[in-house]
Amino acid sequence: MARGRPGLTGALVTAAVPLGFLAVFFVWPVLAIIRLGGGGGVAAVLSSSDTWRVVEFTVGQAAAATAVAVLTGLPVAFLLARTALRGHTLVRAVVMVPFVLPTVVVGLAFRSLLGGGALPIILANAFFNVAVVARTVAALWSHVDRRAEDAARSLGAGRARTFFSVTFPALRPAVFSSAAVVFLFCATSFGVVLLLGGGEYSTLETEIYLRTVQLFDLPGAAALSLLQVTSVIAVLVIGAVLRRRSTTLNLRVDTARRPRGGEWFVVAAAYAVVIALLVPIISLVAKSSFNGFKALAGTGFRGSLQITGWDAALNSVKAATYATLLALALGVVACVALVTLSRTRARPSLVESIDTALMLPLGVSAVTVGFGYLITLDKLPGDLRTSPMLVPLAQALVVTPLVIRTLLPVLRSIDSRLRQAAATLGASPWRVWREVDIPLASRSFIAATAFAYAVALGEFGATSFLARPDSATLPVVIGRLVSRPGELNNQMAYAACALLMLVTTAIVIAVDRLGTVGEF
Amino acid sequence: MRRLGPLLVVTALVAGCSSTPTNSHTVVLVTHDSFSVDQGVLDAFKADTGITIDVRKTGDAGALTTQLVLTKAAPIGDAAFGVDNTFASRALQEGVFAEYQAKDSDKGPQNYAIDKRLTAVDVGDVCVNATQDVDAKTFEDLADPRFKDQLVVEDPSTSSPGLAFLLATIAHYGNQGWVNYWQRLKANGVKVDSGWEEAYSQDFAGSSGKGPRKLVVSYASSPSAEIGDDGKARTKALLDTCFRQVEYAGVLNGAKNPDDARKVVDFLISEKFQKLVPDAMYVYPTRDGVALPEQWQQAAPKPESPATVPADQIQGNRDRWIEQWRAAVRG
Repeated sequence: MARGRPGLTGALVTAAVPLGFLAVFFVWPVLAIIRLGGGGGVAAVLSSSDTWRVVEFTVGQAAAATAVAVLTGLPVAFLLARTALRGHTLVRAVVMVPFVLPTVVVGLAFRSLLGGGALPIILANAFFNVAVVARTVAALWSHVDRRAEDAARSLGAGRARTFFSVTFPALRPAVFSSAAVVFLFCATSFGVVLLLGGGEYSTLETEIYLRTVQLFDLPGAAALSLLQVTSVIAVLVIGAVLRRRSTTLNLRVDTARRPRGGEWFVVAAAYAVVIALLVPIISLVAKSSFNGFKALAGTGFRGSLQITGWDAALNSVKAATYATLLALALGVVACVALVTLSRTRARPSLVESIDTALMLPLGVSAVTVGFGYLITLDKLPGDLRTSPMLVPLAQALVVTPLVIRTLLPVLRSIDSRLRQAAATLGASPWRVWREVDIPLASRSFIAATAFAYAVALGEFGATSFLARPDSATLPVVIGRLVSRPGELNNQMAYAACALLMLVTTAIVIAVDRLGTVGEF
Repeated sequence: MRRLGPLLVVTALVAGCSSTPTNSHTVVLVTHDSFSVDQGVLDAFKADTGITIDVRKTGDAGALTTQLVLTKAAPIGDAAFGVDNTFASRALQEGVFAEYQAKDSDKGPQNYAIDKRLTAVDVGDVCVNATQDVDAKTFEDLADPRFKDQLVVEDPSTSSPGLAFLLATIAHYGNQGWVNYWQRLKANGVKVDSGWEEAYSQDFAGSSGKGPRKLVVSYASSPSAEIGDDGKARTKALLDTCFRQVEYAGVLNGAKNPDDARKVVDFLISEKFQKLVPDAMYVYPTRDGVALPEQWQQAAPKPESPATVPADQIQGNRDRWIEQWRAAVRG
């Protein structure tokens, strides 16, 4: 029996790896920068009505954007998980493209399509994150047994009733899991708020940036960071409570079939979402021109780029590959530890606390973390502050919670009797993983890999505040070109954007293919 | 997941190799995102002096200054370039730079000197840009009803040209008059954007975005990039509305390699480097006798008498001025 029940100690030791990483690359830098600011600003910041207006807008726009992302993501998840139709690979790639696009170009695209204001901010934030909901939920949905739904239907329940009382409860862990991630991404969105808000709207993230960088008001920034950390923890705890009532599912490897009757409406809705996502994407591609692409092959207008656009694409793929491997390794280790812990007699609150702690980096300002690195990491051997490895390390911090949120709902939902049966039949713990968990989680793993790549390709937050050697990636090149006058620079920027989309699509499709070969 | 095993080994190997060997003749130059230089020039510098310049770019001028201040106890480089006159006082007060006067700093850069620790490398004047058909010239014209709803500016709290233009109006109208001037601009329909990108490339009629407004806060150099196929400039800078932004370089206090760092600062004002500054970074050289590229001579001459505000006054009043500006324009 002892062999079938993995040990608590082993799981705790495994969990120490991601937690140690979190402590060194997140907790320590954040605490250091908050301490540097001191507690002096807290009272002033908390008693200011401006602060609470900022908090209100931060939470309000994030909640609204999350709602939009969930509502639009669910039909796409249905399409990907439940229907056997052509073109799924392409749909998976299209929903992933927004995720990598630099905020400055997406902001500009939304601004020319919709103008500025609160609604465009919400829609732009949702645009970035539809993929998180669609792919996380699809990964679970594709394994949920249809028979419970069919039974409900034949007992006379309508489609709506079946969805709300049978389907949705099964998807719940994945829905809330992805919603929590989207909420944190939207709450910390920075470029979009500045660009579309035109200075009229500010969030905790933009305020922390302004106080730190422009005003050098470290006490004020520290107080706001504390407020941000506290509210993020509050949101995560609520999310954990909502996820808690997860049911054990009778998971199957594949449940897709040709849509029938009313299901075609959902399919139509899903395609409508895909088309809506394509509008800003196409408007960006339309701005590139043949001249722009031709110029990308060189080093740009009057040599302003130093490297060619193709070199930048290669740099992007290389850097992203390292970051993805590192983040996947950490994320998978964390997942295995969490699942193993929850299968032992460890208290659920312990598992939840670890889970929540690993999510924290998604909700804390990149400015806080980035500047925190500067005042702490020199104390480690080799002065990591200026090492090229810091970029993948910082990205791993963001990707790890994504990997966990994508993989965990499926792993948690696996019926323990399936594993016990395998163990009783004499399978070693490793064999149980190989025969039961891995086949069922492989789609989530593919989705997680795609996310990891997308985050790394898109060059996230903290990394842009770090000193790094001059190996410009595509987002860096786009940023540089967009911030210069001249028609050709503009066309090149959008050509580089199109190239970034192409690279992303190619990688997502390749990851998908690789995954299909791996499935059995 | 089985596939992951070998990959983990690769990751570990990469991590192991990543600590770059630092030979004694490497100078880490910390700078901002807009820094740009032809690799050939760096190679030539290495051939001449044996010094490798390791360029580390990081954020805008504000982010760069904040980084330098936060890391002054354990600097992330040997020399820094890109702290401008709106942030210089903060860096100087915090003792980020060591005293050094670059060789040749008396051949032009001294005209922009503010302290013995900083050497002026380039000048990037912020001016109102206009399409050719606009006959506005002065600050007063911008508030004239003839140009109602034509001006777009950047928010001084989020944009460096935005701050520069605010400072230009403060220098021109003085402490008493500038708030009133902005109220008049507001009445005349001034539009405020967060950043240069949306103001210039979307709202301005003279850029490729072909927006609705004919006047925008940008740089004196911008018209050089807006020359049509007929060889004529589509836009012009209003040279009486400029603010002088100066970018400085210096040797960092606590640099590991101060001797070579000094040579790098010398190099930044050398003829070879200064000649490239316009095309690479859209700014004007500080060194005397360095010719501007042809398109610049035609479309983007250097402003003769731009406004300035002393660096320590900017540092001392920036927050208050931005607050007052917000109240006048947003309120």
